[in-house]
Amino acid sequence: MSTLSRTCLWGWGRTNPTVADEVTVTVDGLAAAVKEAGRRGVLARGLGRSYGDAAQNGGGVVIRLASGAGDIVLDQAIGVVTVGAGVSIDELLRVLVPRGFFVPVTPGTRFVTIGGAIASDIHGKNHHVDGSIGKHIESITMMLADGSTSTVGPDSNPALFWATVGGMGLTGIMLDARLRLIPIETSRMRVDTTRIADLDELFATMSSGDDDVRYSVAWIDLVAKGRHLGRSVLSRGDHARLADLDARQAVAPLDYDPHQLVAVPPVVPPMGVLNHASVAGFNELWFRKAPVHRVGEVQGLGYFFHPLDLVGSWNRLYGRRGMVQYQFVVPFGQEEAMRTVVERLSASGAASFLAVLKRFGEANPAPLSFPRAGWTLALDLPGASRGLGDLLHSLDRVVLDAGGRHYFAKDAHTTPDAVRRGYPRLDEWKSVRDEVDPRRIWQSDLGRRLGLI
Amino acid sequence: MENALGQPQTIVLLGGTSDIGLAIVRRLLNPTTTTVVLACRDAERGERAAAGLRHDHLTVDVVAFEATATDQHVELARSLTAKYGDIDIAVVAFSLLGDGDVTSVDVAAAVEIAEVNFTGVVSSTIAIANQMRGQGHGSIVMLSSVAGERVRRGNPVYGGTKAGIDGFAQGLGDSLAADGVHMLVVRPGFVISQMTTGLKPAPFATTPEKVAEATVTGLRAKRRTVWVPGIIRYVFSVLRHVPGPVWRRLPLG
Repeated sequence: MSTLSRTCLWGWGRTNPTVADEVTVTVDGLAAAVKEAGRRGVLARGLGRSYGDAAQNGGGVVIRLASGAGDIVLDQAIGVVTVGAGVSIDELLRVLVPRGFFVPVTPGTRFVTIGGAIASDIHGKNHHVDGSIGKHIESITMMLADGSTSTVGPDSNPALFWATVGGMGLTGIMLDARLRLIPIETSRMRVDTTRIADLDELFATMSSGDDDVRYSVAWIDLVAKGRHLGRSVLSRGDHARLADLDARQAVAPLDYDPHQLVAVPPVVPPMGVLNHASVAGFNELWFRKAPVHRVGEVQGLGYFFHPLDLVGSWNRLYGRRGMVQYQFVVPFGQEEAMRTVVERLSASGAASFLAVLKRFGEANPAPLSFPRAGWTLALDLPGASRGLGDLLHSLDRVVLDAGGRHYFAKDAHTTPDAVRRGYPRLDEWKSVRDEVDPRRIWQSDLGRRLGLI
Repeated sequence: MENALGQPQTIVLLGGTSDIGLAIVRRLLNPTTTTVVLACRDAERGERAAAGLRHDHLTVDVVAFEATATDQHVELARSLTAKYGDIDIAVVAFSLLGDGDVTSVDVAAAVEIAEVNFTGVVSSTIAIANQMRGQGHGSIVMLSSVAGERVRRGNPVYGGTKAGIDGFAQGLGDSLAADGVHMLVVRPGFVISQMTTGLKPAPFATTPEKVAEATVTGLRAKRRTVWVPGIIRYVFSVLRHVPGPVWRRLPLG
């Protein structure tokens, strides 16, 4: 097997790194690498796009699964792909889209692996209709703590399957998964954009119209105050049909070649360039430039789903202190809690770059899956913001009192107590985990910090 | 495990009754902190200090720690990790000041101070640092002093030990960086505290609370050294170049 190398690993937020022994292995070398597990255990790491410490294992072993040929096997007849856990959604889409298929769920970036996507039970703009990724998986093949390989699915060892979906990599190392795809006619989106004046209008518009559209998300300006509180731009759409394309586009309807426009250089001023003034200015500009109401605009897949991928390494813009992402969900009926959070963020003067508000559909059976019916808000804050700790802990209380919870893939600050309150089925997950990993081979910084291990 | 905002879950204070140490712990406390361990010689005073920190969601334990019992330090550090999990921040705050007039001439008194302030600090710090190497993260706060920046005739033993641990901590900190462990050397001027009761405050005297504030800021910014108050850094950059015959005559006590 490859040699271990002592490496400092960060999350996407670049806040609290730890040092681990990192090794890249093929599936064949995996069992040997897992045997290296010492007291600090082993964790598989994908592309490191979780914001906090989910893909770190300080003092332990961190495994990267090398992707190789044959990692993407598409059965076009039934629209199911068998994909290696180390394959990214970017790589997958480059194979799928030209053949007329799309992933059932994609997050806001293409640069996540399938293993990471399942471990976080990722959701996308279509959660209110299609649920999170766990719902679209036929089976997962995984290596267990004892070195054996097992295939699990909703019908075969469902307890382990659902513990693995959203299980943050703490039940085993996924090798591959069978994923049901959705067929598409074109590589374009048909998008409606609407400016929304305030939070009340946003709740009302999304509550009434979301169910008729597959993809729906609102970009909300958390710097706006007073009567502009909660002003947003609602973006809704679906995959464009052939008939939606103009003659030029229709020549190659499934053409797909997403690329980066620009990358942030490694050298950024230590204090970062995103502060209250620059963020407020950007948010204002972005709101003004959005159309009051525009229907049926045809956009590229990348522009619609992964706008942040247009700028490489954008997380560097936050400077040496990095950024903290905060994402939570509160159930329907708790709109006042959401309003309190938005008010506090706006009043705090924290420089929150565009935040995302979305309506979730029903939860799936996974005990640690984040999405549940309700409203979710995701926002980025500079790690250097004054009083950020107090602000976030005060928001935690509002969220938990409303029966809400936090998203592990984004979390970088909360407490074991908040997890126990937010995830009442934690013990159920732990009992499944105890059965498959009594010796705690699978560990992570997040697991230790939040009391999952 | 510390969170993204540098808020620790577990804090260990070596010198569990130190005014400055306790002020730093208080300043670090936040809703994510679950455990504080006060390691000290005097269990009774440790218990009083613990009572002052405890609240509903915070465990504060007092453990026996003898700086000169260096053969026990490895086991102590190991048992802390075994019982409390990862140590996020360790504050090394114990030292003896001694009476300069006595320690300058009394061998036994001088050795006691040297053993606690230097040997004890080196031994216990390495023991804790080894645990942190194993966890791949952690921060150590070393309470040095401007007394070690240029040692005064008034208290050469104390000043000498502070000069020693200051250099030790810087070097150890550099060796720990590759393992994800951060060392912060704190150099306060004269601190008005129980240690200096009865002494006349020197110019630029500061308080444990101010030292704590500067320490926490330094930890978050991952600094290598902090001076308290900040200006004393510049004062000492002049003083250290004062010619010896002049330095000797300065009324610095």
